[in-house]
Amino acid sequence: MFNIKKVGMGVLLASLSAWASADALQVRGMAASCSGCHGTHGIAPQGMDSLAGQPKDDLLKKMQDFKSGKKPATLMHQLAKGFTDEQLDQLATYFAALKK
Amino acid sequence: MKRRQFVGGVGVGSLLGASGALGLMTGCASTGGGNGPKVVVVGGGFGGATAAKYVRMWSDYGIQVTLVEPNASFISCPISNLVIGGVKTMSDITTSYDALTKVYGVQLVRDRVAQIDAEKRVVKLAGGSDLPYDRLILSPGVDFMYEMLPGMAAAGAQDNVLHAWKAGPQTVALRKQLEAMPDGGVYALAIPPAPYRCPPGPYERACQVANYFSKNKPKSKVLILDGNDDVTSKGPLFKKAWADRYKGIVEYRGKHFLADVDAATNTLKFEFNDPVKADVLNVIPSMRAGDIAVKTGLATANKRWCDVDFLTFESKAAKNIHVIGDSIQIAPMMPKSGHMANQHGKTCAAAVVALLTGKEVNKNPIYNNTCYSFVSEEDVVHVASVHAYDAAKQTMMPVAGSGGVSKAANELEGRFALAWARGIWADTLL
Repeated sequence: MFNIKKVGMGVLLASLSAWASADALQVRGMAASCSGCHGTHGIAPQGMDSLAGQPKDDLLKKMQDFKSGKKPATLMHQLAKGFTDEQLDQLATYFAALKK
Repeated sequence: MKRRQFVGGVGVGSLLGASGALGLMTGCASTGGGNGPKVVVVGGGFGGATAAKYVRMWSDYGIQVTLVEPNASFISCPISNLVIGGVKTMSDITTSYDALTKVYGVQLVRDRVAQIDAEKRVVKLAGGSDLPYDRLILSPGVDFMYEMLPGMAAAGAQDNVLHAWKAGPQTVALRKQLEAMPDGGVYALAIPPAPYRCPPGPYERACQVANYFSKNKPKSKVLILDGNDDVTSKGPLFKKAWADRYKGIVEYRGKHFLADVDAATNTLKFEFNDPVKADVLNVIPSMRAGDIAVKTGLATANKRWCDVDFLTFESKAAKNIHVIGDSIQIAPMMPKSGHMANQHGKTCAAAVVALLTGKEVNKNPIYNNTCYSFVSEEDVVHVASVHAYDAAKQTMMPVAGSGGVSKAANELEGRFALAWARGIWADTLL
């Protein structure tokens, strides 16, 4: 994820300043739990949705709709219920900042 | 793209090195050599390979990582039941370790570990060389408790009565046994009491063998002899598949605790039930942590599994040694699965990087398990769960209200299952 070619310079510098913060590491770890299906850098293999560089509001709405049951799903509704609204916001912010 | 990722990583590393943000030198990042802290990872499965990749990535290529793995390439247990059923091939489930070395700069040593000196922090390899470490990550998977089945010590018994519970040569050999079995024969699958690797795996295997029989040897039977009281995972979904799709082929018998095997007569002997003779025996023995973990004195839970600190995966028995994957004493409702080992690998990698660079370890790890089972060639059922650290209980606990299983087997999840496999292999190895 910390990758000049994949991450914009502004995002990179912002990330660097946050590198040492415990919160940033917590969010990075939480986001990494998504990458088994959605790709190490948020770019998914064929057949799964890529998350990298998607608009934050879109990502957040999707996850909240999974959580509430508004958006039909096979599995994501069950996973989304495992996260607080704040955590979903952090995940949306994180993946939106990754380069497509 | 992958090479660019690594080059990019080095670029960022140089930047960080110059700014001193990480406190790590990156001059030898391309080879993993040099004077950075040393991490040795033992076992290149879902846990170990993921940990090796992520320690490199998250240390910005400043920590040297050596991965010790005896096999030439990664062969996935998930999807291997489809090879046994004849609808996938070994090449479909095999991935090279090349990207770990070429893209991420992991040093790969094809060898086995003979001994670990926890005091001196040295891994001694069977090939004779020594690997010193600052932190050791052990991901040795499971080994089988054949001592509980005395007949399996007989000459040739383990070559004829297969487990096929580590994907590889036995996967191919079991397939050949099923192909050679005459129509009208019986395939008997003995399942050990939980905990064992991949709770739904045996039941998926029964489906895959039944699918093969239904199309090629319709007079044949799949006899499931379960050491547990009942189906341990996705029970109603598997039972529905057996009743609806494989009626007359699959027979399930619970409470069949295996006591011994007579390989000469192809007979299973049970603690409380009548013996069963079959044409093809598939015995999945009881399991414990991988040999090297037991030998190193890390299997502190019932002498079978390794107790760990779930914030770091550091062993509770030895400092600077972390244990991940199927070898650990699991937290409540945490399965022994490839997906879970991948999640352990990342959580452990983050902690190891933090510990070696003077950062605070994440106090709130949260991760998930996702497990798909094929009940036919196309139709799949899943189980999913989310696990978060509970500071009061000092373990990972399932998040209340999260998780669940499929409503019914379906083809859409069959496509997701294959995408999941491609994804988890890539996240682990590519």
